[in-house]
Amino acid sequence: MKILVCISKTPDTTAKIAFIEGNTKFDESGVQWIINPYDEWYALVRAIELKEKDPSTIIHLVTVGGVEAEPIIRKALALGGDEAIRIDSNSNDSFTVANEIAQVAKEGAYDLIFTGKETIDYNSACIGSMLSALLDLPFVSLADHFDVTGNTATIKREIESGEETCEATLPMIVSCQKGMAEQRIPNMRGIMAARTKPLKVLTPAASTATTSIQIFDLPPTKSGVKLIDPENMDELVRLLKEEAKVI
Amino acid sequence: MVLVYIDQADQQIKKASLEALSYGAAIAKQLGCATEALIAGTVKENLAELGNYGAQKVHQLKNEALNSLDVKAHSTIIAAAAKSLNATVVVFAHNINGKAIAPAVAVRLGAGIVTGACSLPNTQNGFEVTKTVFSGKAFATIKIETPIKVIAINQNSFGIQNHNQAASVEEINIPIPAASIKITKVEKIEGEIPLTEANLVVSGGRGLKGPENWGILLDLAKALGAATACSRPVSDSDWRPHHEHVGQTGIQIAPNLYIAIGISGAIQHLAGVNRSKTIVVINKDPEAPFFKAADYGVVGDAFEIVPKLTAAILKMKSTA
Ligand SMILES: Cc1cc2nc3c(=O)[nH]c(=O)nc-3n(C[C@H](O)[C@H](O)[C@H](O)COP(=O)(O)OP(=O)(O)OC[C@H]3O[C@@H](n4cnc5c(N)ncnc54)[C@H](O)[C@@H]3O)c2cc1C
Repeated sequence: MKILVCISKTPDTTAKIAFIEGNTKFDESGVQWIINPYDEWYALVRAIELKEKDPSTIIHLVTVGGVEAEPIIRKALALGGDEAIRIDSNSNDSFTVANEIAQVAKEGAYDLIFTGKETIDYNSACIGSMLSALLDLPFVSLADHFDVTGNTATIKREIESGEETCEATLPMIVSCQKGMAEQRIPNMRGIMAARTKPLKVLTPAASTATTSIQIFDLPPTKSGVKLIDPENMDELVRLLKEEAKVI
Repeated sequence: MVLVYIDQADQQIKKASLEALSYGAAIAKQLGCATEALIAGTVKENLAELGNYGAQKVHQLKNEALNSLDVKAHSTIIAAAAKSLNATVVVFAHNINGKAIAPAVAVRLGAGIVTGACSLPNTQNGFEVTKTVFSGKAFATIKIETPIKVIAINQNSFGIQNHNQAASVEEINIPIPAASIKITKVEKIEGEIPLTEANLVVSGGRGLKGPENWGILLDLAKALGAATACSRPVSDSDWRPHHEHVGQTGIQIAPNLYIAIGISGAIQHLAGVNRSKTIVVINKDPEAPFFKAADYGVVGDAFEIVPKLTAAILKMKSTA
């Protein structure tokens, strides 16, 4: 089986969110970069677990990003995965990113494509779904369990009213969330091995962006907390009802 | 024409879709065009009532095979319907189904998409939509550059608006592609208010010390008619189910009222809840960071305060 895992570079969860150049660009100064947690903890680790069960499995990682994404992709290779592909584009248009990945996916004839459920920076949750249309493949989103026997995948996913188990025939695309796998820490052997694993850099195919970011804004800050006497919960209830009007 | 996809679970129309429809109708008013709705599958509701939320016409793809989510099939037929109806804007709820389907529909239509939208588009100069980014820590305004636009609107961000009208209902015939997945088992969570739809949410953190202490929180939630949530370590320790985990790596919610009990207010937790309209924090540590993000705070022991708050709510409800 051949698996492609989509990896995105995102700011660390504690990064200060600020903007520069008239609020048109994210301020990257001092920001620590991480692998998008959903891509790392769930998509990548589940792919590695599948390879541990069946060592003939081949895992490729793909990221769309500039050279500054390489430490992230090396870290992903240190966790596991056989080789990585970086498509040299800094686009933040979801369609462009999906279209670039689709070209790699077509070339590589993968049986399975894993993504995280969304990235923690743009929160668009678009790539898996877009890939399914670009490649015309089945797509199961928000998966928290995944197994495969022969050509048939069994997936558990979140639905509006609970959980659903479904089956699909490979090739397919799955977006992964909590439950799929447990976070792992790369070990020394993995880190050493990652240094020599192949990392291919591709020039992007020509995609036409469908969207462009105009400006960023920060939410207004709260005016300050009103402290309520712990002995006077009637007062809190009154404020929620009469002032905030939420109950 | 603005086409709004009406999504269902268990043959019932989702509240998020009624909000999406209200939102779509407001866009149509802005653009001076009609609002139509599209529903796949069979539902229990009377579809003419979708007029109350702004639809002039409802198109139904009446086929039971479409009652559960199959992204390949749904996106194919929704795109085909949008094309044959000449929709220029297609609106989805940014809920579980909408997140899964909308981007595929956008690709099939060659349309640009904004997911997680949180306000009406600005159509003065092109078509710009504002969405939440960085897990609610910021907003980005995005220009859609294509003739057809797809928007998925965040839940609880626009509200449901009433239009006093009835919609005409028509069946639409579009060939349904073969199923790409087979559902083998469904496990429903019964009787709970889905977290993303809830107006009121009561949430607990590690300060409650253990799962055996959740009774006071559940009593408060029951008194309010609220859904329950928790911080990540609480779900990681299996004190509460995973689907209650809110935050940057859990669910992002925007209820009218969020009551945080024994939660410190770490930045990753705040990211998931800071769009709540009103935040109440109950914490014994006056220095807990959550107080900076709160509207109302109570400093003290949750084990004493929460039952008193529940009693005060019940008292207010019995006299109201
Ligand atoms: C990459 C990453 C992603 C993360 N994603 C998330 C996420 O999505 N969601 C999330 O929640 N966390 C997330 N976290 C974890 C986050 O950093 C915090 O560790 C977590 O939110 C803390 O949970 P807590 O507030 O329940 O526990 P604690 O931080 O331990 O806080 C417990 C609080 O309870 C109070 N308390 C104790 N006893 C009482 C009492 N008797 N009465 C009243 N108050 C009391 C204490 O004063 C304290 O403030 C993430 C972390 C990382 C690194």
